[in-house]
Amino acid sequence: MAVVSETIKEMSGIKLHMVKTDKFKTNTIIFKMKAPLQKENVTKRALLPNVLQSNSKKFPTTGQLRGYLDELYGATFYIDLGKKGEYHTISFAMEVANERFLSDPTPLLKTAIDFLVEVLTNPNVADGEFHNETLEKEKRSLKQRIQSIYDDKMKYSNNRLIEEMCKEEPYSLHVHGKESEVDSISGKDLYAYYKKALAEDELSLYIIGDIEEQEVEQMVNDKFTFSSRASQAVEKKQPVQIEEKVIKEEQDVKQGKLNIGYRTNVAYGDPDYFALQVFNGVYGGFSHSKLFINVREKASLAYYAASRVESHKGLLMVMSGIDSSNFEKAVSIIKEQMQAMKNGDFSDDDLIQTKAVIRNQLLETLDTARGIVEILYHNVVAGQQIQLDEWLQRIETVTKEEVVKVANKIQLDTIYFLTGKGATK
Amino acid sequence: MEKISFDQLQEELYHEKLENGLEVYILPKKGFNKTYATFTTKYGSIDNHFVPAGKKELVKVPDGIAHFLEHKLFEKEDGDVFQQFSRQGASANAFTSFTRTAYLFSSTSDVEKNLETLIDFVQYPYFSEKTVEKEKGIIGQEIDMYDDNPDWRLYFGAIQNLFENHPVKIDIAGTKESIAEITKDMLYECYHTFYHPSNMLLFIVGPVQVEEIMKQIKENQAKKTFPTQVEIERKFESEKEDVSEKKLVLPMNVHSSKCLVSIKATDTEKQGEEMLKQELTTNVLLELLFGRSSENYDKLYSSGLIDESFSFDYTQEKGFGFAMIGGDTNNPDQLATEIKRMLEEEKSSSKITVESLERTKKKKIGAFLRAVNSPEYIANQFTRYAFNDMNLFDVVPVLEAIKIEDIHNVADNLISENRMAICQVVPKS
Repeated sequence: MAVVSETIKEMSGIKLHMVKTDKFKTNTIIFKMKAPLQKENVTKRALLPNVLQSNSKKFPTTGQLRGYLDELYGATFYIDLGKKGEYHTISFAMEVANERFLSDPTPLLKTAIDFLVEVLTNPNVADGEFHNETLEKEKRSLKQRIQSIYDDKMKYSNNRLIEEMCKEEPYSLHVHGKESEVDSISGKDLYAYYKKALAEDELSLYIIGDIEEQEVEQMVNDKFTFSSRASQAVEKKQPVQIEEKVIKEEQDVKQGKLNIGYRTNVAYGDPDYFALQVFNGVYGGFSHSKLFINVREKASLAYYAASRVESHKGLLMVMSGIDSSNFEKAVSIIKEQMQAMKNGDFSDDDLIQTKAVIRNQLLETLDTARGIVEILYHNVVAGQQIQLDEWLQRIETVTKEEVVKVANKIQLDTIYFLTGKGATK
Repeated sequence: MEKISFDQLQEELYHEKLENGLEVYILPKKGFNKTYATFTTKYGSIDNHFVPAGKKELVKVPDGIAHFLEHKLFEKEDGDVFQQFSRQGASANAFTSFTRTAYLFSSTSDVEKNLETLIDFVQYPYFSEKTVEKEKGIIGQEIDMYDDNPDWRLYFGAIQNLFENHPVKIDIAGTKESIAEITKDMLYECYHTFYHPSNMLLFIVGPVQVEEIMKQIKENQAKKTFPTQVEIERKFESEKEDVSEKKLVLPMNVHSSKCLVSIKATDTEKQGEEMLKQELTTNVLLELLFGRSSENYDKLYSSGLIDESFSFDYTQEKGFGFAMIGGDTNNPDQLATEIKRMLEEEKSSSKITVESLERTKKKKIGAFLRAVNSPEYIANQFTRYAFNDMNLFDVVPVLEAIKIEDIHNVADNLISENRMAICQVVPKS
């Protein structure tokens, strides 16, 4: 039996993805919009879903809209912004109880779909402009959100690394846009952008739960009517010459944040992608990995020291929180461990262990509806159709030689260090 | 073995108390890939003043020792238990809270082996001076990380405002100075006092064969001997009703300000169904007052005082409890004033209607269904409930039974100016 059975239906302007499973007590609906990351519209894309989710024609105030969701046994409804390679994604997510587990038999899935259609297609607009008060409220909130990134030093230093490393690439744009651009967006501008996004974005709808697929397909076909559109593939951009850069920034912090960016030169869908996943597992992905063992357990320098892969952009990011005086020490251990990977200095046992943990992690992710969508959506972003069983199979067959080969493709790009005051020498 | 059925939820729970006092619960979950198991002791950061096992006198131990012990239990003479779990395809973790320390793994294969590893590593402590010293560097960095985190500082500041004596005010990880005092002998003393099976609970949830798992656990425990357990004697200083500090302002390296209003709860000696009712009713009250569909939320959001980071929370354990309301704001003083005014207004002239109460109860019931999709939630919450003589699966019936008078009573007890405090994080000038 397949680990996940996904049914995909091509409809006008949108693809419907259904996963039928009886393990959840709720049904999950996730609507995704994807467009190339562009400086001109990223701030509008950050503002738009916030305005849409706060009210609509039928629910003109947030109180009414949220009250309606409470009535539906506390249906959750939230938006999320993402960056997948050089694409920007907007998600509208709902989770609603399966009425089978309630004493009240109201059909909640259908009601939830109707609600989502209302919010997406019947916004609080008059004379070609979004409702001004709503717009101003959400602009204020967006600015606050952008500002507060500075306060979370882990996020901040990760963002700064990307900004420095991918300076000339769209990937350096922030998912929430730019604070200085928020004020100038008018209700008219945003409405025009809303029209454009709904007409041009690649749209995907995921419905996960104990559903009747034909019924759902019919419902979606009736309710979601979009015009057909062309696909918007982006060119992968990356500097031709990669030189190691070191960027240090001083702030009033107790703990220094070390973030190192590598180029993997491998993306989702490439033949080497599975070897890269195994590489990351041996190098820094888990608590048995080289970074955890050497930076934390042996040298006692950090509480966390880990790496992760950005699948579509082709990046490997290392992060660790250390005392500012230990910068040189930590960097040299991290580099040594990378060199060890390139030299094939790891055992068959390391490989077996890592594969088992990756398999476990993937299967665990499939135990949540959001996790299922997160994994399946990789195929949409990369224009691939890799089945999860194939995924598991290909991880299993990765060889040591393949891991070494992929390690040797990886190039160090930028070392970013947020350091405490007076610590830089 | 006892079987407990929850028909509406279509769940079955199996329970047995073993001879050595260990409570074991198994909840089979069909269709899931992973099995999740937690092995939890009723021992957390607040248990810092007690009579050690085999002794007669009370001792006070350094701040942060329960958390330190949690870290150190993973290290054995022949290496690190994390390694063993990952060789068996599992991921392992642990956490320390005010009242509990939990060790856990999740895995999609080799469940029996991983379960054996979990039980054995927790039941065979190995501490040495050398590894204890090494851990001080690692935990020192964990402490620094939290020190730079404004949300954590705000949350702990809000708790410290409320309590004068109660150890809940102590940061769970301690300080660099307090952990410097920790020795291997102290770790053993805490371990032998609090890690007796009769003070612990094992919970397994996942696609498992119930009888086989129970048999395995019993055989594992039968092989080990434990001293006869006597009642653990903990000491808590008495705590006045009023708050300790009315206001605390923390200047930090941030761009946005933050503000939390905290309230010290009363009647926190309750256990069992009474406690469950008080906890759920307080949660419903806060949702009615400050939830996203409330008039108050709309007012605060529209006036630009809050953004979506605004939240509220209620924590109750035996002997202490507190509510927290707040979030990021451009005007921390005005937000504090508004929240307090809204609380007072509820007490003097409640606007809660039967209709809004029913709607909020529905919301909470839906949230519970969502939560029981998560094996992590079930295991962790069930354990917390069991340690307070409550049953997680009573949540829906108790919620359904809440009446408007219950809401008024809880509001009357909770809301009182002398038990409120304000904590703010502001940009350093």
